[in-house]
Amino acid sequence: MIAELGHFALIISLAMAVLLSILPLVGASKNNTALMNSARPLSWAMFLLLAFSFCILLWAFYTNDFTVSYVANNSNTQLPWYYRLTAVWGAHEGSLLLWVLIQAGWTVAVATFSRGMPQESVARVLAVMGLISVGFLLFIILTSNPFLRTLPFFPVDGRDLNPLLQDPGLIIHPPMLYMGYVGFSVAFSFAIASLMTGRLDTAWARWSRPWTTAAWLFLTLGIALGSWWAYYELGWGGWWFWDPVENASFMPWLAGTALMHSLAVTEKRGTFKAWTVLLAISAFSLSLLGTFLVRSGILVSVHAFASDPSRGMFILGFLVFVIGGSLLLFAVKGAAVRVRGNFDLVSRENALLTNNILLMAALVVVLVGTLLPLVHKQIGLGSVSIGAPFFDMLFAWLMIPFSFVLGIGPLIRWKRDNLSSLAKPMAVSAVISIVLAGLFNWIFSDYFVFMTYLGWLMAMWIVVLHCFELYERATHRHSFFTGVRKLQRSHWAMMFGHIGLAVSIIGIAMVQTHSIERDVRLAPGDNFQLEEYNFYFSALRDKDGPNYDGYIADFEITLDGKYINTLHAEKRFYRTARSMMTEAAIDRSLTRDLYVAMGDRLDDNKSWAIRIYYKPFVNWIWAGSIIMSLGGAIAISDRRYRFRKNANKQEA
Amino acid sequence: MSKKLLFVPLVAFLALAAVFTTQLVRNSEGDDPTKLESVLIGKSVPEFRLEDLAEPGKLYDQAIFKGEPLLLNVWATWCPTCYAEHQYLNTLAGEGVKIIGLNYKDQRDKAVGWLNDLGNPYLISLFDGNGMLGLDLGVYGAPETFLIDADGVIRYRHVGDVNPRNWKEKLEPMYQQLVAEAK
Repeated sequence: MIAELGHFALIISLAMAVLLSILPLVGASKNNTALMNSARPLSWAMFLLLAFSFCILLWAFYTNDFTVSYVANNSNTQLPWYYRLTAVWGAHEGSLLLWVLIQAGWTVAVATFSRGMPQESVARVLAVMGLISVGFLLFIILTSNPFLRTLPFFPVDGRDLNPLLQDPGLIIHPPMLYMGYVGFSVAFSFAIASLMTGRLDTAWARWSRPWTTAAWLFLTLGIALGSWWAYYELGWGGWWFWDPVENASFMPWLAGTALMHSLAVTEKRGTFKAWTVLLAISAFSLSLLGTFLVRSGILVSVHAFASDPSRGMFILGFLVFVIGGSLLLFAVKGAAVRVRGNFDLVSRENALLTNNILLMAALVVVLVGTLLPLVHKQIGLGSVSIGAPFFDMLFAWLMIPFSFVLGIGPLIRWKRDNLSSLAKPMAVSAVISIVLAGLFNWIFSDYFVFMTYLGWLMAMWIVVLHCFELYERATHRHSFFTGVRKLQRSHWAMMFGHIGLAVSIIGIAMVQTHSIERDVRLAPGDNFQLEEYNFYFSALRDKDGPNYDGYIADFEITLDGKYINTLHAEKRFYRTARSMMTEAAIDRSLTRDLYVAMGDRLDDNKSWAIRIYYKPFVNWIWAGSIIMSLGGAIAISDRRYRFRKNANKQEA
Repeated sequence: MSKKLLFVPLVAFLALAAVFTTQLVRNSEGDDPTKLESVLIGKSVPEFRLEDLAEPGKLYDQAIFKGEPLLLNVWATWCPTCYAEHQYLNTLAGEGVKIIGLNYKDQRDKAVGWLNDLGNPYLISLFDGNGMLGLDLGVYGAPETFLIDADGVIRYRHVGDVNPRNWKEKLEPMYQQLVAEAK
């Protein structure tokens, strides 16, 4: 009975979404205030019904209600309660429900925090968001209903949640990622709404900015979490695999990053409008495309979602409707919003345009790399695989001009600047960067690799020029310490965003070239020497968990005879799912990770294949992402975006 | 810039949608993109660490496939077709074809006895007792033979026994091409 209530709530929320996508639009075109005002209560109704439905699914998992087939397929009584709850989004149906719940959550957020916006705009934006919800709700109800019953023959116990997913990292990774994906629907809806009216002013950009930044923040954290999870849970020691699903999350990120910067130009200078709108459409379209690629079974990936042709066709139809429709709208109405920019070759506008072009180039690389195997096979050329080397190489080359422009961009003035005023700081910074990069490279790595040096150089270039810019800006009118305190939040946001990227670049450069990976055969009592670190396999213990049998291998690590840490690498056999899992043990520090993972037990029943990795600076990759997201958070908190107060002031 | 430029994103997207539709239709007609053909051909041999068949404790990894073109033959003593195939593998080995054996889900002593009795065509014999490498390779059953080039990339997969007819018709030309490429 309870599951049927959830199903019922789902259907009513679809009705609400349908109303939401129609009534306010009608109201906006007929200038009917009552209809336009219906947008907010309808958003709330849709959200609350979905939240109710989601809670019921949570309850079904919590109480082990195996009469619901989705529960029976993804959870069992042996699973601890917190993994039973997170199992809700462990597979296709539940994760879609989470997706649409988050979509409704963003809709409600827009409804709540947009009181300063004209009623007509709010009505249109909410209607577009409602339309997107309609698509996803139809998809869930028609092809992927999580409330279907197994009756009358329900199982006594369920199948296990995929053991890979039984990890704290996975409790928050998908919700974060979805917050990001779906968050771009806000900027998308703003863009569509303003294309409908043909009115695109700087206020539009100002309203879109905090939403875009928020979505970008979540997506950044989501991607970083996923990468971190893959690193410690999959036991491969890699942090990014250029897997189609990773690429699917990376493409909206690239488009979203470009969008944030382009919105800045549109807000401050009133130019780049058509381009910004196109980016807003792309960022969300790429999120949808990602979902499609993951769930349609079109590409081969390690993230296997159950694929089903009818689902694929449904999403594809939805994709054509949403993306095709919005691009058509863009093609027809785009000319109306275009503004001829008035700026010189050397200007902040052009620096940001270059940044955008490079981000788009990166996006094209990822898109082509992900889809080429598919096209290649279709036109009869056979199977090809595009591996990490392709992406690694192209990204390395794209990063060089990108970091160069990133370093000097903030120093260039809007509209017009001349290079001669920049020549001196650039030359000085170049010298400092070259020296610093050489120094750090010499301190932190035993041997010289050009790509590592290049990475340090790019990072130093960004850091040095941003420090210079900070100093210039702070001492413009005041002494340095007074000036620093008077800087706007949005300025700090930029600082954090850019420095975060520099930190990540350092991490990537170091880990890609200076990692050491060894597969060795070790029995308890054996020693293994990796560079100056000694790994002593001190003991092998049994450790059984609630739903698995496991072994733990203890490794004592010493550095030149000094004790550092004892690592406990685990191997688990999940009984219900009948699969083996590796829990790597990692000794973390600022400049390196020591990573021990157990492989298979070898034939003599004593020794094991053990993977021992040395990963320099790997944590910097994620630290950089966190710093970047912090920048995003600071940007959102900037006073300029609290539109309620602002707008009231303007009206008064 | 003309107005037509604004249609470019739409056209690009529709082209993409056409590609997806084609693939979805093919998928529903039974073309499974996860099939081995599209997964492993053109990729390097999966990473592995396996023991030597005759000498437990002696470990090999994927590096053994680098350097020259090789055949990787998956076999087991429980497989009658492998028995039929074995004599011809000996002949091929006699002609200088380099073959690596993967003893798949088998018992070590039986397998060693088999090679002692019937002759050993393999340069290296890997022991995959629990079938982990076989799983990574997507082996359906024994015998299967993979053509691997000098860079350790899988180029072709042959299911069933290698016999004089299919060797001459299909496998040898490909093998000779790999040998020529390696030079």
